[in-house]
Amino acid sequence: MPTILLTLVLLGLASAAYHLGRGKALSVSADGAPLHSLPRYHGYYVALWCGLPALALLVAWTVLEPQALRALMIAALPPELRGLSSQHLSLVVNEVRNVALHGAQPSSAAVAEAARHYTALSATGSWLLTALCAALAVAGLSWGRSRIHADARMRNAVERVVGVALVACSTVAILTTIGIVLSLIFESLLFFEHVPLHAFLFGTEWSPQMAIRADQVGSSGAFGAVPLFAGTLLISAIALAVAVPLGLLSAIYMSEYAQPRFRAVAKPLLEILAGIPTVVYGFFAVLTISPFLRAVGARLGLGIEAESALAAGLVMGIMIIPFVSSLSDDVINAVPQSLREGALGLGATRSETVIQVVIPAALPGIIGGVLLAASRAIGETMIVVMAAGMAANLTANPFAAVTTVTVQIVTLLVGDQEFDSPKTLAAFALGLVLFCVTLALNIVALHIVNKYREKYD
Amino acid sequence: MTDMAEITAAPAAAQAAARTDVIARRLARRHAAERRFRAIGIGAVVVSVAFLGTLLFNILSNGFGALLQTRILLDVAFDPAVMDIGERRDADSLAAADYGGLVKAAMAARFPEVASRGEKRELNALLSNGAGDALRRMVQDDPRIIGTTRPIWLIASSDLDMAVKGIMPRQAGAEGLRFSERQLAWIGKLEAEGALARQFNTRLFTAGDSREPELAGLLGAIVGSAFSLGITLLICFPIGVATAVYLEEFAPKNRWTDLIEVNINNLAAVPSVVFGLLGLAIFLNTFGLPRSAPLVGGLVLALISLPTIIIAGRAALKAVPPSIRQAAMGLGASKLQTVTDHVLPLAMPGMLTGTILGMAHALGETAPLLMIGMVAFIVDIPAGPLDPAAVLPVQVYLWSDSPERGFVEKTSAAIIVLLVFLSLMNLAAIWLRKKFERRW
Repeated sequence: MPTILLTLVLLGLASAAYHLGRGKALSVSADGAPLHSLPRYHGYYVALWCGLPALALLVAWTVLEPQALRALMIAALPPELRGLSSQHLSLVVNEVRNVALHGAQPSSAAVAEAARHYTALSATGSWLLTALCAALAVAGLSWGRSRIHADARMRNAVERVVGVALVACSTVAILTTIGIVLSLIFESLLFFEHVPLHAFLFGTEWSPQMAIRADQVGSSGAFGAVPLFAGTLLISAIALAVAVPLGLLSAIYMSEYAQPRFRAVAKPLLEILAGIPTVVYGFFAVLTISPFLRAVGARLGLGIEAESALAAGLVMGIMIIPFVSSLSDDVINAVPQSLREGALGLGATRSETVIQVVIPAALPGIIGGVLLAASRAIGETMIVVMAAGMAANLTANPFAAVTTVTVQIVTLLVGDQEFDSPKTLAAFALGLVLFCVTLALNIVALHIVNKYREKYD
Repeated sequence: MTDMAEITAAPAAAQAAARTDVIARRLARRHAAERRFRAIGIGAVVVSVAFLGTLLFNILSNGFGALLQTRILLDVAFDPAVMDIGERRDADSLAAADYGGLVKAAMAARFPEVASRGEKRELNALLSNGAGDALRRMVQDDPRIIGTTRPIWLIASSDLDMAVKGIMPRQAGAEGLRFSERQLAWIGKLEAEGALARQFNTRLFTAGDSREPELAGLLGAIVGSAFSLGITLLICFPIGVATAVYLEEFAPKNRWTDLIEVNINNLAAVPSVVFGLLGLAIFLNTFGLPRSAPLVGGLVLALISLPTIIIAGRAALKAVPPSIRQAAMGLGASKLQTVTDHVLPLAMPGMLTGTILGMAHALGETAPLLMIGMVAFIVDIPAGPLDPAAVLPVQVYLWSDSPERGFVEKTSAAIIVLLVFLSLMNLAAIWLRKKFERRW
């Protein structure tokens, strides 16, 4: 890859520039003039002048080159090809590119000629790029070096560049959010051109298979997402029903009763549960929990399906136990000791203190933690993909197979590369709903937790 | 007076006795409630830990079997005529030679009494389809063995492997039996003569994926994970550290920095599938990067772990006491010099710990990688970050989806490998924290 090689060469040049700049600064100061900035800042200054413009050019070139090459190549095509519709033209362009880059057989003389032209252009381009980068680097180096004198404020200049770089890095997080929101909204809008919003949000039938031929039966494609929302809620409710009591009681025991030694062992053990990848939980659900539940169900005369909401919810609950317990642990520990001492001093037993004083005081924080856990459960994917199934049943029966929003996002997109069918776009609409719901849950939860914290701090 | 006192004292004493009795009973009840509550608390902890134990025990007991693999000892005659190469010894001929034929010939030599076609097919079914691969490698390493006869352990078929390990039945007449009576007799004969043994499964760590459970290996996924995590680290460590430094040391308190902060906290809670959608829409469709490539996987994972690293980095910077900054500034250091020369080195262990934990999380991430096409069935070991590849957790998912019974064991083995890598990373983080933790 010449781009990588060029980058490495430029970095090498920059480090040479650093030594040149530093050397010159040292010799200036050896002549007796006291330097304003340390010699290394002179080095950094020259290195920045040498490397930054050339690297910027390299990046810009890499981004723009394909477009420019395409335009140049089209301009050189014979007029009968150039006059084609844009779709046909892009087919020709792809063919030319395949011939030029991968040695495919050209279908016509014009294409072969265009491919030769393309190869020549890109060869010239890469020479031009190398020459330009080298020229920029050397020019930058000598310019930067010429600026070195005793009271040049090199440190300030370098620090300004670093400051700009820091700000740029901190905007990456913002850009990510913008990217998420824009891509979700964009594709969702395309989806809602095919399917009306109310049919999506309130429809009760989900069968995203689109008809390939117009006369096919039974695959008209229905995008009513209510069964998915119901399935997500059912599984999350089961998960919370497992995780909240276990997590909360564990946290209470650990913070109010346990000896430090017990705590030191049990707490990390619980946190391991949070570190296990979700795909492992999914496999555990399929391999162990589902057959176990089926066997138990058969004993009791309950028909539990192989892929049941119960199995997925149970395993997801295990996964979020440490989430609930560590958040509750934090808020329980934040309850001031004086409240406990007051209750104990009035003769309450420890459990009475916990139930009647500590928990009510910690309740907002605990609720916040439960909401965060709920948002985790709603967004969890692998466990449900592996254990909950694909059937979009609208049911509240935990022994039946249900499907969730995340399962459908995955199944709609895996293996499908076409990007204009409602089937793939539906995944983005589901993603948008998921994003909004988890975001809302988080904001509410963080708000509750923060408000509560202020009360005692 | 005294009479009256006696009259009232007697019921009073009785009342008092009754009251102490009530109090004692109530106290006993309250203490019992106390013990119950305590027991429930212990019970919750025990149940949670028991879940962990069951999970780990299940995976370990299922997966350790896959470290061993059943093989059959055969005397393989490297006959150029059978290999169909004549006198040619160039690399292409050696690669294309008929090694399956060698295996079949060796099997026929072992059981000369087998004559009919059907019987031969049953006999050869005891060995894996890929049993000849090992022979190819031997010949390519040293072509001089052509013409000699060597005793070689060849990989058995998955069915035989499962039966030898006791996972599938091997008694005549048992339900779900996958062998004919003839095959059972041959297996018995091989076993009696010591030509059937379980040996360490090297393929698990040296081969790529395969449709055959006995041939499938993890190397492709391990290399894919390494490339992805490398890209993730290259992107999110510098950006994460820079963002943490900016927010903690330089940022003015204004709307913009508040926005960044809120944003980072919320990004940390966005479900990872949504990041997968982002990767699909932006990296694949807008930028036109290749599907299934570790490069894209690494980019998506970097965006996922960035908030974690920033939050950990800020905590590490907060832990450096202000006196360090004041001392540096008092000696004339600029703000940036203070940070790069004093604060950052002191905060670095904390930042590295956070980064390692973020990486460990990224290593286990599956769902967003499914979106960007890293679920393809890929046999070749990726040579660079642009080659199509699978990663470890996706390999787990793929194998767990395969219907063959042999893949259950393989999946557990893959999970064990994944968990080993995760625990190594976590141990490294703990070690770093222990070694460099400072109390100011």
